[in-house]
Amino acid sequence: MNAKKIYPLYFSYGALGLYFALFFFPCMLGLFYSFTDWNSFRPEINFIGLDNFRNLFKDNTPYLLYFGNTVKFTFLTTVWKTAIGFGLALLFTRRSRFANLHRMVIFSPQVLSFLIVGLVFRSLMHPSTGFVNLALQGLGLGALRQNWLTDLHWVFKTIIAVDTWKGVGYVMVVFIAGIQAIPASYHEAAIVDGATFPQRVAMISIPMLVPSFMVVTVLNLTYGFRVFDIIYVLTNGGPGYATGVVNTGVFKEFSKGDYGMGTTLSTVLFLFITSISYFIIRSMRTKEVEA
Amino acid sequence: MRLRRSLSRISLTALSWAVVLVFLLPMAVILVNSFKTSAESADMSLALPARMAIANYQSVFQKGNLATTFLNSAIYAAGSSSLIVALTLTAAFVLSRRKGRATNLIYFFIVLGTALPMNYIAVMKVMKTLALINTRLGMVLLYAAIGIPISLFIAYGYISTLPREIDEAAVIDGCTPASLFALVIAPLLTPIASTIFVLNFMSTWNDFIMPLYFLNATRKWPMTLGVYNFFGMYQTQWNLVSADIVLTSLPVLLVFVFGQKYIVGGITAGAVKG
Repeated sequence: MNAKKIYPLYFSYGALGLYFALFFFPCMLGLFYSFTDWNSFRPEINFIGLDNFRNLFKDNTPYLLYFGNTVKFTFLTTVWKTAIGFGLALLFTRRSRFANLHRMVIFSPQVLSFLIVGLVFRSLMHPSTGFVNLALQGLGLGALRQNWLTDLHWVFKTIIAVDTWKGVGYVMVVFIAGIQAIPASYHEAAIVDGATFPQRVAMISIPMLVPSFMVVTVLNLTYGFRVFDIIYVLTNGGPGYATGVVNTGVFKEFSKGDYGMGTTLSTVLFLFITSISYFIIRSMRTKEVEA
Repeated sequence: MRLRRSLSRISLTALSWAVVLVFLLPMAVILVNSFKTSAESADMSLALPARMAIANYQSVFQKGNLATTFLNSAIYAAGSSSLIVALTLTAAFVLSRRKGRATNLIYFFIVLGTALPMNYIAVMKVMKTLALINTRLGMVLLYAAIGIPISLFIAYGYISTLPREIDEAAVIDGCTPASLFALVIAPLLTPIASTIFVLNFMSTWNDFIMPLYFLNATRKWPMTLGVYNFFGMYQTQWNLVSADIVLTSLPVLLVFVFGQKYIVGGITAGAVKG
């Protein structure tokens, strides 16, 4: 039978065309524009070589800070979500009457908009009338009240905490699926041999869950590098530039009309993510060969 | 020994409920405050309102322009999700069935998009050139383009599990490629089509980056941008802000409760394969 006739290639042209026109092509076009002084004030676009890229390293610009913050955000959220998500997965795969309800509640922030979650926490963390500070005062812990979203010492921690609150349910669900796929006989045999719960987690669950850990890490990394919403809503990169990340920076340049600089930030992020993906894929390939 | 075991069971149960409380509390505070009067909600606490101020919801509905923004969100989410389902299922069918250099290349090229960051400013340029900027059609097409890579990935994995013998039998019975797909394959794909639809519906409904960049006209704003704007105007009135937050989240929470099976299915499909 002729595969070309039964499975005509044009069935894929719709998806391919739309993806190319509005996603891939703009990515490439952005590469080109990052070598220009394109902006909203003048109609002509001039080629300026590497000037935009040199700007990244100038002393009085916040760009390097954006990249530093993006890496910091990505690293911290990945670690926290993985650690807490794994703990929660262990807690909620126990036999208990309410396990399903509990899982559903913990997963539910995942389906809310980042915008909504951001606004909820901006309300809750309002320094004078917000729930968090009022509750601390009500519990007699008034000394612990903070300006959660404006104090330089707290603001980044607050963002990490809110983002973890929203995203940890997803990680938990991935781990639960992984844990449930481990044959029960492994644990039964270990119990017969007298292994304690921590020993079983370390010797059975974690080694069996390596694929889940990989998936979770890749998902968290690709999310973290692209983060925009939650930071835009909570602090808009402030106070000053303290919590600015690459994509809030892109939006700032866009609002100022400095399109060339904005696409340059996107381009560097693009190259950064592409090279990291390359290493991830390569390390996975070698893992597969070993297995 | 038995005492120790039951003690540890009690402490784990307590821990479970404490964790659940951490996730429930923020939402509960918002819900309670949405029924308070302005004066009561001046301090945002869990104290119950003296009388349910349902009027908050009425006033938010009018001031927040909710009817229009709701309709816009529905158009963007339903339109792009339907388009994604149609385009990725047909593409995944051909790409997974016909193994070859060209089909592999197309597949990996599209799936590459799951990792790539979007270049928003360049997208604006393209949308302008195509006269799609500030239009509802443009938003639908853009959301579809963004959702295609991950949806194709999920669909491809699912179609690979369907036996090829079905196709051969159908072709012998006189099916053309179009009728083979529409009459024989498509009905088998309803579960994965639902998953793809629900996942994309929710991510489009929740998005607010695209309208932030690409929509100036307020009457084309989706609910997310509407609520953000509302927050800016009524920041001192927590009761109204809370009511608006509740109304905006309600549709996705309903989709979540009724489509839970498909959402979890989508996560594990993406995760186990990846």
